[in-house]
Amino acid sequence: MNENQSNNGALVRVENVEKIFHRGSEDIHVLADLHLQVPAGEFLALMGPSGSGKSTLLNLIGGLDRPTRGLVTVAGERLDQLSDHRLAAWRARHVGFVFQLYNLMPVLTAERNVELPLLLTHLSKAERMKHVDAALAVVGLSHRAKHYPRTLSGGEQQRVGIARGIVTDPTLLLCDEPTGDLDRKAGNEILDLLQALNREHGKTIIMVTHDPHASARATRTVYLDKGQLSNEPVK
Amino acid sequence: MAGPINWFSQIVSITKFGLLSIPQRRGAVVATVIGIAGVVTVLVGVLSIAAGFRQAMTVSGSPDGAIVLRSGADSEMVSGFGRDETRVIADAPGVARTAQGPLASAELFVIINLPKRSTGTDANVPLRGVEPAALLVRDNLKIIQGRMFDWGKDEVIVGRGAAREFAGLEVGSKIKVGRYEWPVAGIFSAGGGVAESEIWTDAKVLQDAYNRGDSFQSVSVRLNSPGAFQQFKDSLTSNPQLNVKVVRQSEYYIEQSETITRLITTLGFLIAFLMAIGAVFGALNTMYSAVAARTREIATLRALGFGSSAVVVSLMLESLLLALVGGVIGGGQAYFAFNNFHTSTMNWQSFSQIAFAFKVTPELLVRGIVWSALIGLIGGLFPAIRAARLPIAAALREL
Ligand SMILES: Nc1ncnc2c1ncn2[C@@H]1O[C@H](COP(=O)(O)OP(=O)(O)O)[C@@H](O)[C@H]1O
Ligand SMILES: [Mg+2]
Repeated sequence: MNENQSNNGALVRVENVEKIFHRGSEDIHVLADLHLQVPAGEFLALMGPSGSGKSTLLNLIGGLDRPTRGLVTVAGERLDQLSDHRLAAWRARHVGFVFQLYNLMPVLTAERNVELPLLLTHLSKAERMKHVDAALAVVGLSHRAKHYPRTLSGGEQQRVGIARGIVTDPTLLLCDEPTGDLDRKAGNEILDLLQALNREHGKTIIMVTHDPHASARATRTVYLDKGQLSNEPVK
Repeated sequence: MAGPINWFSQIVSITKFGLLSIPQRRGAVVATVIGIAGVVTVLVGVLSIAAGFRQAMTVSGSPDGAIVLRSGADSEMVSGFGRDETRVIADAPGVARTAQGPLASAELFVIINLPKRSTGTDANVPLRGVEPAALLVRDNLKIIQGRMFDWGKDEVIVGRGAAREFAGLEVGSKIKVGRYEWPVAGIFSAGGGVAESEIWTDAKVLQDAYNRGDSFQSVSVRLNSPGAFQQFKDSLTSNPQLNVKVVRQSEYYIEQSETITRLITTLGFLIAFLMAIGAVFGALNTMYSAVAARTREIATLRALGFGSSAVVVSLMLESLLLALVGGVIGGGQAYFAFNNFHTSTMNWQSFSQIAFAFKVTPELLVRGIVWSALIGLIGGLFPAIRAARLPIAAALREL
């Protein structure tokens, strides 16, 4: 909705991106001259062997890390041009994160966890609760609003995580192995939910996974290997 | 853009998570709080000794009182006058008068040995010979038990501090003075001042008992007003017959207490400072482990868009709050353990014992709280900066 996408319709543009980590004196080349364009409304699955750099790429798109070289543009915003401070504010506005291990605050109830990103907005308490209720309804957890994370199943915790990810109606939902810690049944429920968010609510989603069942739900799958993306799995 | 209101709500919520997670790391937290409480207890406790001592000395001096010593004498011990000189001093301008004559008491002073109640060992007690005006020259002097000694008789009255510290100073009991035994006629109070540590008798009686002839060591006077001091002083110091030093009572006693209060204060700060260094490390350790335990949580908040400055401020706030809890506990402990705790110490100028009570004053409590706050802030700063500098992506990888 807020996409003043400059360049031929892509919501996310990753251009010539290189990422090198330094560990001691050792350089780890993770991404090399990588290109990716994600149009608005896409549900993209990002696959690849463990350690291939999937999380690294997702973090660059979500503004959690900066590339060694190259450009990341989201909804027309060049992330490299934002200070750390503005980048944090940008994340709060534009990105919802869903983590493999949910990353909920154990000391907060489900609804308080979902409310967290709204504390970064100017919404009143009443408005915040309205958004929280709506997000919990979307993930089918209204009846668990007052529960603490430790009293919820893994699948339920991940649904709280997704509710937290969408409560601000972000431009982009980034999921790093959202079903990685769940059994098949709970995992399928999460995938159903993500698919519905994409189809019915028009959410643009990028999902890292190494589960073919998960990538089957996406509208497109790309494969990361040796620092490069391809449209075919590498044998 | 994130405005200040939003920034505060970020701080409030991060601080809340920190405080709510304390039960999970209560061991370190309790140790830190106890450490800081210990520092504050010691600091406030030791300084309350100095404060109590200074207060005892301060209430001893009246603003319209003055004491005259031989020029060059720091204390009564090394001062001396003959009868003629004390008369000139008593008749000087500025000295208040009643129908009985000038309010001036020429005094002498010997040291006697009495057993301390606490240890049973002998210690020095000043025995002061006074003239009738002595009771009017000092503020708040009251007989609180028994009666005044009879002038001209071998009798004494005992300050209540001395009565508390030394054995055998009850009304009716006798004390050994040189070769004689003198009965205690009464107990007096002096508003908590130094006189309470003394034993008094008639100056003439004391001169005779100690073969002092007609000599004195000091003259204490009450002036018409505090403003009359300069006139009084000038007339005495310009008198060629006299070679004297004139000080206000209040200044005299404060001067007497300076050495010891400085000693106690320095010692107190030194001990408290060393302990504070230990407490800072305790706080550092607690906050580093808090940051370590919450690395992923903090990284998650940062990923959601919480600012790094809010993280720093929240962690500092958490550390500060813990430290203040320690400070309040420490201040309370010091107050209940030390306030009005009675003791006595050597007066280095007269080499005799001065009884006084520890005073945990509001200023000392505030000072203790300020110290605890500083410990908390220093202990929280580095861990907070580390938390804020954590690269989010790397921190999210931690379990
Ligand atoms: N912060 C970091 N510091 C050093 N090395 C890192 C860091 N983050 C990731 N790496 C390395 O980069 C490579 C890719 O990691 P990652 O993106 O997590 O892979 P994936 O998500 O595909 O399993 C791995 O070899 C990993 O060890
Ligand atoms: Mg990964």
